[in-house]
Amino acid sequence: MGFLNSLRYCLRQTLLSIVRNFWLATASAAMITVSLLILGSFGLIALNAGQFLQQVESEIEINVFLQDVAPVNDLGREIRALTGVERVTYVSKEQALEEMRESLGERRDILTGLENDNPLPASYRVRTSNAEVVPAVARAIEKMHGVDKVRYGQGYVEKLILITRWVNVAALFAAGLLALAAIFLIMTTIRMSVMARRDEVEIMKYMGASNWFVRFPFLLEGMAVGYLGSKVAVLILGFGYYYLLLQVDQVSLFFVQLVTDQQTLGMLFGALFALGVLIGGLAGSISIRKFLRV
Amino acid sequence: MIQFYNVTKLYPNGAKAINDLSLRIKQGDFAFLVGPSGAGKSTIAKLIFREEKPTAGQIFFNGRNALRFRGREVVAMRRKIGMVFQDFRLLSQKTAYENVAFALEVTGVSRWEVRKRVPEVLRQVGLEDKMDRFPAQLSGGEQQRVCVARAIVKNPVLILADEPTGNLDPETSRELMELFLEINQSGTTIVIATHAWDIVNELKKRVIALESGRIVRDEEQGSYGYGVS
Repeated sequence: MGFLNSLRYCLRQTLLSIVRNFWLATASAAMITVSLLILGSFGLIALNAGQFLQQVESEIEINVFLQDVAPVNDLGREIRALTGVERVTYVSKEQALEEMRESLGERRDILTGLENDNPLPASYRVRTSNAEVVPAVARAIEKMHGVDKVRYGQGYVEKLILITRWVNVAALFAAGLLALAAIFLIMTTIRMSVMARRDEVEIMKYMGASNWFVRFPFLLEGMAVGYLGSKVAVLILGFGYYYLLLQVDQVSLFFVQLVTDQQTLGMLFGALFALGVLIGGLAGSISIRKFLRV
Repeated sequence: MIQFYNVTKLYPNGAKAINDLSLRIKQGDFAFLVGPSGAGKSTIAKLIFREEKPTAGQIFFNGRNALRFRGREVVAMRRKIGMVFQDFRLLSQKTAYENVAFALEVTGVSRWEVRKRVPEVLRQVGLEDKMDRFPAQLSGGEQQRVCVARAIVKNPVLILADEPTGNLDPETSRELMELFLEINQSGTTIVIATHAWDIVNELKKRVIALESGRIVRDEEQGSYGYGVS
């Protein structure tokens, strides 16, 4: 009963405080919006880059061309034993010729007569569990006995990995800075409302108000500001991304396949939302801490 | 109800506000703390309210060691103590009624209880027809009465008043003391730190005289006794 009375009082105080410091609260909420927008944009980029990378990864295979005299079975066992190797398929000389013939389509005739003197080498096609281990696996295979050449799109894979890494780091860094700025702005907001109610807070202590009772309205205020800011950010991001999806659909960029998985996107937006509220609450509780030492 | 055992309080700046002081205040007492500025009157009030903790010694409140109280117990103890200040400390944007109600709201009392209780105490301090005035529209004496009403509205076992008459004229001060006596009649313990020697002499109540952090005199039915008269 006492709890409900207190809660009602706290809610009223929070509302009053926000109305009184309307513009500062708005500015703080806007700051949260901006930082979450940037964080969210980077998040979306990272999500898409991740998917893109995964797609590329799943297509990367190492082609191990064998010398004609290679000990085929031993090599196969050796390759399978390497860490990171997921699947190994053997392509015999005959199969290689067949595949080439298929890929040539109508002009397959130029290959007739090669059956008896097949110039194509036998090979192993190696799939790895992820793209990052490809260079290392390739190098290890290169050293094996009976291996002629190893091909996996050297240089291209390394670059892709590096770029994704940098995008992620830059995104985290920028978003972190902005979140910090947002925290400071909210702290100012809360401090203003603490100042405005300084006498009240002090008298509350003398009247025997519990600490949480004094703290709660300010904490709530910070969280409310964070809530508003992140709500706007998530709405803008959501609509923006939806619009982007429609555009891409029309233009049909064949190589880009954007993430449309509802669950993944929902999780990202949910995390952004929670982060906004958390930042608000954090800023609120930091700025009232020093007023409450009794 | 309150016991100090060899309490010493050093402030961080090195000033020794209280020096090895022992004191006992019983339930229902009416005691004055007197002495020159800086003798430690306010510090004692702060120690009782646990705004400050002593550097050495023990303090008991209602038979329990007050220094061992944790957050919730401190709050519970403070709710049993009504504070009255020299500068009133009323909220200027709230009416007399709201100021008194505030003391109850803060402790989570129901609205119904607030509506019943607040007019009662305002009547008790003689302000029933000025409930809706703001502090600025009240005289000093009336403001202090609001402050007293705010202190007694939660039925405290102890009222701590720090220079309550400091900003009041002699006539108003006397009226305020009568109010305190009345409250004391109902069993509430009252401790008043004051400079007002004339009132102290007149009332013939317990007087605890302090000088540089020590008790130099403790008399039932005492007087201020500092060569002023």
